[in-house]
Amino acid sequence: MEQAKNIGIRENVISNLGVNPQDAKISLTYFTISFATLLIGGLLGLIQGLERAGLYSLPAGFNYYQVLSAHGLLLLVVFTATFTIGYQLANLSHSFNGLLPKVRKMIWIGIVLKVIGVVLAVTMIVLGEASVLYTFYPPLAAHPIFYIGLVLLVLGIWSVAFGVFINYRHWRKENPGKPTPILAFFAMGVFVLWFFASLGVTIEVFMIIPWVLGWVETINVMVTRTLFWWFGHTLVNIWYLVATSAWYIIVPKIVGGKHFNEKLIRLVVILLVVLNIPGGFHHQIIDPAISISIKFLHVFMSLSIAVPSLMTAFAMFYVLEKAGRKKGGKGLFGWFKKLPWGDVRFLAPMIAMIAFIPGGAGGIVNTSNQMNQVIHNTMWVVGHFHVTVGVSVVLTFFGICYWLIPHLSKRQLTPKMNKIGVIQTWIWTIGMTIMAGSMHLAGLVGDPRRTSDTTYAGHETALSWLPYEYVFATGATLLLIGVIIQVYAVFNMMFFAPKGKTEYPVSEPEDDQPKVPMWTERWGLWAIVLLAVVAMAYVIPIVDMIVNAPPGSPPIKTW
Amino acid sequence: MSKLEEIWMTVSVGVLVIFMVIVGYQTYALGMGPPSHKETIDPQKVEQTAPFDNPGLIDLGDNKYELVMTLEAFAFNPGNVEVPVGAEVEFTMTSKDVSHGVQIPGTNVNAMVLPGHIQKITHTFDEPGEYLILCNEYCGTGHQAMFTTITVK
Repeated sequence: MEQAKNIGIRENVISNLGVNPQDAKISLTYFTISFATLLIGGLLGLIQGLERAGLYSLPAGFNYYQVLSAHGLLLLVVFTATFTIGYQLANLSHSFNGLLPKVRKMIWIGIVLKVIGVVLAVTMIVLGEASVLYTFYPPLAAHPIFYIGLVLLVLGIWSVAFGVFINYRHWRKENPGKPTPILAFFAMGVFVLWFFASLGVTIEVFMIIPWVLGWVETINVMVTRTLFWWFGHTLVNIWYLVATSAWYIIVPKIVGGKHFNEKLIRLVVILLVVLNIPGGFHHQIIDPAISISIKFLHVFMSLSIAVPSLMTAFAMFYVLEKAGRKKGGKGLFGWFKKLPWGDVRFLAPMIAMIAFIPGGAGGIVNTSNQMNQVIHNTMWVVGHFHVTVGVSVVLTFFGICYWLIPHLSKRQLTPKMNKIGVIQTWIWTIGMTIMAGSMHLAGLVGDPRRTSDTTYAGHETALSWLPYEYVFATGATLLLIGVIIQVYAVFNMMFFAPKGKTEYPVSEPEDDQPKVPMWTERWGLWAIVLLAVVAMAYVIPIVDMIVNAPPGSPPIKTW
Repeated sequence: MSKLEEIWMTVSVGVLVIFMVIVGYQTYALGMGPPSHKETIDPQKVEQTAPFDNPGLIDLGDNKYELVMTLEAFAFNPGNVEVPVGAEVEFTMTSKDVSHGVQIPGTNVNAMVLPGHIQKITHTFDEPGEYLILCNEYCGTGHQAMFTTITVK
């Protein structure tokens, strides 16, 4: 609790950089969109939880799949993306001492494009013209405006990504021979991966638009599915890469330590960027039209992501133990107690990191042939991504808010707000543990995902899932309470908290560290390696899907 | 420090290699690979294409059966099939419209059934009972109503 009292009065340790006020405005705009979206998306999540358990019926004219489509799109694409951009741009501004004016312009254009895109896509969902869920698998065909909205959304993200690349190049030119600050390096990793991930879905959407407009009659179902997962799975790993930037660089400062060997951190970023995209294939393990050998290759390619993650686990425990021992922690686990558990800026990302242990283990289940067949399209998968995205990523994001938002709005994190944050973190953790835990169990006994309330005419197997579904609803209720507290905290810190200065907690490297290797900055090379890995993974199956394609499918609307 | 790190990395990579060996052994030596059938069909002419022009249970003798099934929003055809205890059933399936998934909770039967593609999966029903067959890929407003049963007696 001592930490809690000290927060907000640490003016003396403010970094001399900080975020440029014009860039702070950009980041705060992104956070406003992000947390408004979280509120709507979270409410839709509770509605689903209650509907699924048969405790609530939607008003006439709305159905479960519409709500699910909006929940998925708003939280997985809008909330996380806007938070990521707001946070990464703040990191860049802090690292580069402000963004370039033309880059700022590109970012504002990006915001406008994204907002228009989201409004178009969500409007189509509300009108019942796009109940196609997050995956929008053809031959389900939504209204053309839904896909046009998605195109604008991607263009908005590209506008920001190119801005980041330009700013990075500019800084490198101005600072020859100097390695970029580590947070800027992370930001490059995030946007490079984002750009290449979105290529898959962009090609897919450009196949879909002429098809829904009737210019071409049929579409290749397998190719569109594969292109979707090229993007769809990589997206969640982008959020994970964003979270690791806080784990590696922010958390050590908060616990009073220093960050791990920068060479390893950079290597982890590069590995996550180049290895990630083929991971999408494990979503297609039980698909027809992909041979068993190709699927086996993809088990390997998906699992390779575990290597940088295990390196992260090692580095984080090393840093935390060292900091805890410095504070006088003795014995095998004494250091653990010395960590600042009462400081929300630490507590939230720490629980997020711990959640990545079961989350990662669940991911290994999902990527392996036979185990995937047991849990594919069951509630297990929903439980899995509520642990990984919903805790490991989102709780890290929430923890970031408690220092970044007051820093940007030139206000303080008060001890009271810190306490609210700690309570919020525990409500969130308990809510997710209950909900995701019961989802995993329900999935193991066969409860299918993405299915509205049903007992399959009272079949006893389906009735046995009901108790788990009541538990989902309980967890979802706690989570909505958590969302409301978090949204309150964010807007309070943005507009009402006492004026003041808040530290931008960036950790320093340990003393005696070797020089940062400059070869890590060769992003052109990493892009080529990424493309080579993608080619290894995709050329054979996609060529096979095109050459041996069946006659295509016409657009179909089944809702 | 760097020694510990090396041990950790060696163990991590070692575990993954062992893992791959096990998955590979199951896939190739035990024939437990995931459903990956590669035949195709015109999704708009399913009803005119054999064997889906005449879906149903085919007795292959020796307590082996082939169940030729079409999936469409929101039904399995045929539904409510009966087989004897110990029957080995090969499901041969395709979709007449959008993507579907077939799952029999309590068994390892779980496969995607996509338009234009024929999917196959085999299961031996050793225990008697009424098994639920459900669609586990969102296929439209009536998705939750898309199910049937297979009775084993």
